[in-house]
Amino acid sequence: MFEIIDMDLKGIISIPYLKIEANKLTVILGPSGCGKTSLLKLLNKLISPDSGDIYYCGKNLKDINSLELRKEVVMLSQNSPLFPESIKDNLKAALNYHMLPIPEDFELREILKQVGINKDLDDKVLFLSGGEKSRVALARVLVLDPQVYLLDEPGASLDEKTEIFITEMLMDICQKKGKTMVMVTHSKEIARKYGDVIIDLKEYSRG
Amino acid sequence: MQELIKLNIIQLSLAYLFPLLLFVILKKRGLKREWELLLATFRMTVQLVLAGYILVYIFAKATLGLTLLSFFIMEIFAVLTVIRKFQKDQMPKGMKRTVAFAVFTGTFLSLIYFVFVVIGVQPWYEPRYLIPLAGMIVGNSMTGVALALRLLLDGMKKNRVVVEEILILGGSPKEAAKEVVNSAFEAAIMPTITSMMSAGIVILPGMMTGQILAGASPLVAISYQLAIMLAILGSVALSVIIMLSIGYRLYFNSEAQLKK
Repeated sequence: MFEIIDMDLKGIISIPYLKIEANKLTVILGPSGCGKTSLLKLLNKLISPDSGDIYYCGKNLKDINSLELRKEVVMLSQNSPLFPESIKDNLKAALNYHMLPIPEDFELREILKQVGINKDLDDKVLFLSGGEKSRVALARVLVLDPQVYLLDEPGASLDEKTEIFITEMLMDICQKKGKTMVMVTHSKEIARKYGDVIIDLKEYSRG
Repeated sequence: MQELIKLNIIQLSLAYLFPLLLFVILKKRGLKREWELLLATFRMTVQLVLAGYILVYIFAKATLGLTLLSFFIMEIFAVLTVIRKFQKDQMPKGMKRTVAFAVFTGTFLSLIYFVFVVIGVQPWYEPRYLIPLAGMIVGNSMTGVALALRLLLDGMKKNRVVVEEILILGGSPKEAAKEVVNSAFEAAIMPTITSMMSAGIVILPGMMTGQILAGASPLVAISYQLAIMLAILGSVALSVIIMLSIGYRLYFNSEAQLKK
């Protein structure tokens, strides 16, 4: 799915060669500050490398329109800020950016159930707990049903049980729907248990 | 109707009691603004006296060249006034040019429309009309653009995470900056709308007051005041929207990425 060749992001990471395979859950591990988030941003074309190339489906990212790429390769950032409106408004906003039709309410509720949220669609996100907010942010990505998920510590603000529940749900989507997932995590246990491929970014870090 | 009372030097000097009063208040309260007050009073006096003499000369000559020169000097001062309010590192590259373009285009188009279409004065460059009207239009646009620029710079800095999040979610730079741009536009045109709301009730606007004092019928003064306030509204809105529409783009590169 992705191929990184001689890529350098000054002072952060330098990768001679790395391949991220399609339809697999690739887990990125590494100490904080080693460039895990930067790698996801590079794959989402939110930043560009100082040198080298990144290929997506055999095409150089330099030749792909950023907005088009971000419609297929969707990133869930860490502590992803929500828009201070209702849960439904947040899901709708993401769909609007992707110019996708708004599904029926029952379909949106299904997605909320998938991330373990038992709230009304019209509930304001301001009144949600930190863990609930992070799961609404995840729901906002799931509703887009992209080909590639770039997930920056989706379980960071969750308790262990919920983190496992979310990771299993993501693994399920990856396997059943044939999606590609690149997930950053701090947990070696989760990486070992659920990751199809594990990449330790420490060896590429220049931080 | 009574003749206009011409102020002699003693009468005018008596008006300086007001800044003197403020000077005493500042001193008593220990607010270190006395120097600024003195400088502002001095500058205002010198600038207005000079402007008076220059206008007498320009009005007497009434040439196209002199009128346009006055207009361009006003524009340059307006742009410099806006830019000087901000430090160099606060503004993205290209913002100075954007401000200059926005102020110039917004005010020029409004003024041209006002002079040619609304008033239809002959010749169109008659300085007695064009210069005071340009002064009001440029001055108000300058204030509006300065306010909008402040809000754009602060908004893009404060909301960087949200702006980036919208890009992450697949939004375009225009969508990502929409909230910041809209609130800057709203805030920049509000003072003009507020002054329209209170015009004639809370305050008699400057131009109208001047005309009435000079002996014009209040109805004539009102028609001019109405027209100029509408032109100011148009000019402020146009200058501000031009500045914001170009200005937000300076934060992004061609790859729809936020610049560092």
